[in-house]
Amino acid sequence: MATLITPPHFSAVEDAEALRNAFKGWGTDEKAIVRILGHRNAVQRKQIREAYDQLFQEDLVKRLESDLSGHFERAVYRWILDPADRDAVLANVALRKSEYDFNVLIELSCVLSPEEFLAVKRAYQFRYKHSLEEDVASHNPGDLRKLLVALVGVYRYNGEEINATLANSEADILHEAIKKKDFNSDEVIRILSTRSKAQLNATFNRYREEHKLSITKDLLGASAVSEFQKALHATVRCINDPHKYYAKLLRDGIKRIGTDEDTLTRVIVTRAEKDLKDIKEVYYKKNSVSLDDAVSKEISGDYKALLLALIGKQD
Amino acid sequence: MALTDEIQTLTKAFTGLGVDERSLVTILGKWKPEERQSFRKGNPNFFKEDERHFERCHEDYVKRLEQEFMRFKKAIVLWTMHPWERDARMAKKAIKKGPEAYAVLVEIACSRSSEELLGARRAYHSLFEHSIEEDTSRYIKGSERKLLVALVSAYRYEGSKVEEDHAKSEAKALANAIKNSDKKKLLEDDEVVRILATRSKPHIQAVYKQYKQISDKNLDEDLEVALILKETVQCLCSPEKYYTKVLDEALKNGTNQKIRKALTRVIVTQADADMKNIREEFQTKYGVALSKKIEDTACGSYKDFLVNLVARGN
Repeated sequence: MATLITPPHFSAVEDAEALRNAFKGWGTDEKAIVRILGHRNAVQRKQIREAYDQLFQEDLVKRLESDLSGHFERAVYRWILDPADRDAVLANVALRKSEYDFNVLIELSCVLSPEEFLAVKRAYQFRYKHSLEEDVASHNPGDLRKLLVALVGVYRYNGEEINATLANSEADILHEAIKKKDFNSDEVIRILSTRSKAQLNATFNRYREEHKLSITKDLLGASAVSEFQKALHATVRCINDPHKYYAKLLRDGIKRIGTDEDTLTRVIVTRAEKDLKDIKEVYYKKNSVSLDDAVSKEISGDYKALLLALIGKQD
Repeated sequence: MALTDEIQTLTKAFTGLGVDERSLVTILGKWKPEERQSFRKGNPNFFKEDERHFERCHEDYVKRLEQEFMRFKKAIVLWTMHPWERDARMAKKAIKKGPEAYAVLVEIACSRSSEELLGARRAYHSLFEHSIEEDTSRYIKGSERKLLVALVSAYRYEGSKVEEDHAKSEAKALANAIKNSDKKKLLEDDEVVRILATRSKPHIQAVYKQYKQISDKNLDEDLEVALILKETVQCLCSPEKYYTKVLDEALKNGTNQKIRKALTRVIVTQADADMKNIREEFQTKYGVALSKKIEDTACGSYKDFLVNLVARGN
């Protein structure tokens, strides 16, 4: 369930005017921006952008970019974009990082529905005049690329049908590969990057039934874990239990405040209208502190105000 | 018509591509038993004298007849299908058939637009409850697998923007791979697969040009050692040349049934796409109009239908 709270009455024109006022004069009224944008869903935000453009002949997004700064600006920018466009931007940012952030690409391929992922790929082409596949394929050669190119190219079947025999045999294939530490085998990549989510979950269940240990635990093993293993682990997690995956990501992101606000922003902004509520429940169960409290404690200012609004904290 | 002429006409009606329905109706419809017997006795290719004193059909006479009658039906069914379903069904057959049919996968993945290929992938979901990439990676085991999985998964950028320096460096990379192809097989080379399976078509055409400048050779010809790579480049850069060659092969005398099937496939799938270019290329390359070649080789409703499709796109 979503955490975003929107008011019962909505007027794009009123909001556009209120935002215009927030930009007037010296300095910007960030609180007004949070108060308005922090409580509008994707459709409403789009209407506000259009109203603003019509009323004032200015691109609201560009205005926000120039008037705001720091983590707050980055969060607002990501928040105000259309979801598919936003994910395209996030993918591009991840690709250009010197330390390759493969989580973003894995999330797109494994958490989003096939149609949502397709919309992201279209938005990516429109924005960057390249296909996402091209850009992923031409970065970072090596094993990781093989997995990521496969994940990014897929258009998974999204039906619920499962083939139990297949689940058995593919669970065995995965188990063999993990036992032999043959992580980047063609078969592992084939299975994880082409099968439907329903089929994969059946396979993971079968894995646990047969081998007593869940595939996620098996992937991490006892010894030092390679980047590739981490990527496989994230892939399995995203397909099998995305709420747990995101809760962990938030926990790690909060621990890294001061060095990495991007992850925190990304998770909250991309899930606030989807399933942040469920993620919050898992977060609380795992950490015995609510996400609201954890965020309040670690960050400050307008950035904090926006994130808390998106998390659903009532004023 | 004299009986000998009628026998000749009937023999021809059973020998071309398709069957000449009109002759069958008018001739066979009026022949008495003795005339039909003359036909059987006069056609040792189709019938042989059995020890128990009757003219017996050769096994493959019956089989061939079935295939020739089916040609029209298959063409109609293929033509009336939604193009997405058509491509999905052809892809499924090709995956099951094996190496001899991989070119069909290349055609679908490379000569359709990005949205058409996407549509085919959607139809594949509906028809077969699996994604095309699942089945391609599961059933194809040989060295072509890497390339084919990548090709069917492609969602290429369709704009015209090309970065010339990338095209240049990728042409160089391909030239290197080709030079070292005895040490490392081209189909196993990640760079080769990456470039051909992810880049936009205008980009690959630019790479083709740059390759010509660097090496003074044609990229597709230099990739001939792995025929499927040559076909890939041709479908991406100059599909009309590729299809013209396939049609010529299919229309030759004495080719086997497998190659002849391409005639229906190419004409039906290209009738609303590239037919005008294919007609022009065929005329230029072979000095005869495609429709004339079809008139000479095929017969009956099948022929009429194909000629109709070929005339489109004016």
